Amino acid sequence: MSGAVLEANQIRKVLGHGAGQVHALRGVDLALRGGELTLLMGPSGSGKTTLLSVLGCMLTPTSGTVSIAGHDTANADAETLARLRRNHIGFIFQSYHLFPTLTASENVQLALDLRGEPSAPARVRAHAALTQVGLAHKVGSFPREMSGGEQQRVAIARAIVSNPSAILADEPTAALDSENGQAIMAILAEIAQEPGRGVLVVTHDARLLPYADRIHRIEDGLIVGVEAGQARKAELRAAAAGPR
Amino acid sequence: MPLNFTLASRNLFHDRLRFVATMVGIVFSVVLVMVQMGLYLGFGEMVTRMIDHADADLWVMRDGTKCFEDPSLIDARKQGAYQAIDGVASAEPLVIGFSDWHMANGAITPVFIVGSNLEGPGLRPWNIAAGSVDTLKGEEGVAVDKTYYERLGINGLGSKAEIRGQPVQVTALTDGIRSFTTTPYVFVDMSRARTYVGIPKTYANYFLIKLKPGADAKQVSNAIKAQSPNYEVMTTAQFSERSRTFWLFGTGAGAALFAGAILGVIVGTVIVAQTLYSSTNDHIEEFATLRAMGSSNRYIYTVIIYQALLNAIVGFCFAAAIGMIVVFFTRSGALPVVITPGLMGAIFLLTVVMCIASAFTAILKVVRIDPVVVFS
Repeated sequence: MSGAVLEANQIRKVLGHGAGQVHALRGVDLALRGGELTLLMGPSGSGKTTLLSVLGCMLTPTSGTVSIAGHDTANADAETLARLRRNHIGFIFQSYHLFPTLTASENVQLALDLRGEPSAPARVRAHAALTQVGLAHKVGSFPREMSGGEQQRVAIARAIVSNPSAILADEPTAALDSENGQAIMAILAEIAQEPGRGVLVVTHDARLLPYADRIHRIEDGLIVGVEAGQARKAELRAAAAGPR
Repeated sequence: MPLNFTLASRNLFHDRLRFVATMVGIVFSVVLVMVQMGLYLGFGEMVTRMIDHADADLWVMRDGTKCFEDPSLIDARKQGAYQAIDGVASAEPLVIGFSDWHMANGAITPVFIVGSNLEGPGLRPWNIAAGSVDTLKGEEGVAVDKTYYERLGINGLGSKAEIRGQPVQVTALTDGIRSFTTTPYVFVDMSRARTYVGIPKTYANYFLIKLKPGADAKQVSNAIKAQSPNYEVMTTAQFSERSRTFWLFGTGAGAALFAGAILGVIVGTVIVAQTLYSSTNDHIEEFATLRAMGSSNRYIYTVIIYQALLNAIVGFCFAAAIGMIVVFFTRSGALPVVITPGLMGAIFLLTVVMCIASAFTAILKVVRIDPVVVFS
């Protein structure tokens, strides 16, 4: 286990104005540690997505501080936040958000292209990342030619290719069947083994609990509990290796 | 190839129907601009063709003459005095004017007489397709353009007609000397030209001055004006420019051509802007994803600008091909469309600028993207 790669202290977020004001986050503390897979669980409307947006430097908190890989985001402008995202955070979305006109390899390369990396080495790294998620045979395929599970693996490859400190995944298994969902979680758990990298998965699916090193439960904009996870990752990884 | 260019081109060509619609819009707009400007250039060349082909360094004319076809009478007896000016090699009178061409079948059509001294420098017919200039020295010889057969009721060399009751015979044919007024030019000897347009022997419409090598045009011009205070003296280039300005801007013809070109630019800009905006709107989730992944604004702008440039380049290529076809089919018409390499280059730049300016609305749309939408 390493130190925190992403840390949020006393995050409050008020959405809307006047009578329509909603206190989406009411003083959240959360530390995402390197080498860990953390689950953020809670019912709909509990503030999961708002918290993920704040941690992902897409939403500025009303108060509180967020620090990513040692960089404080307070008072950072939009371009600075964008730079923090591309250099330190990898995102995985529920609906993949792949670029339909780009191949799997190009989708992954895009994360490196945004950082200005030359295309030849970027292509090599993209292939390596796709190989890591078991898609070496799909580098030239377009998203429409892949299953949902394969598309999500491409999204994971895109998230890890630039070697970010934190990977934030929003309901990564929600659009997948159970088998593919388990496979994706196994990959994420494996990725989270790297000491300098923390993986945060937002979910309300209790079946993912066995993969977690740590579980944060959120309700009404507050973290109401933090638990240690079950140590079954290696076992689940081996079991999930089949359906890839 | 940069990945943002790949993304831009694939996004652009992905929706083929929309791409075709965009191309139609751009091509229509660019061809409109090209043809209008080509007509402008063609018209500009056409209206000064006679001046540009005259063998003269200076033109002497009545004060206030607006263009070549605006004949005012000047005193032809000044020829000797002009020729005596230091630096003048020759001073030849030129007679022009409208007259009637009576065909053998009795029909009448207006013609524009151009009469020059065929023995010395002046304004003779060029591009001779049949016959010779020397034949015009005869009693009845005239030169007309071969594109006017039907108009003049002739069928080639030897055809006969009458001008002001005087018999004439076609003894020379030219190729491509057409008038923008559609009134055929008839080249004749100067002395007969006076008869055909009905002016006394002591008058002409212009003097064409040829300078001796090394002579100072300004000095000669001043000397002529000193002798003829009511006359103007202009270099060929100056008279050409005055004629062009008169016909293009004095008559509103140029303004109309420019208005058409501006309309083309507006139509093209609106069409490309609408397409880029709609394309950006369709791919808004992708732009939001880029933003969420940490893309700089510049990277996203580049994708949109690449799309605009691709639109410009592909659209321009089609438009240029159509423009060349138009040039080919109008080359021997009354008003040819002239597209010079310079005009082609200018229109390409205009197309690029038009398409990039059109990207503005799409960029405004992208600037407002909230990356948080990727979580919804």
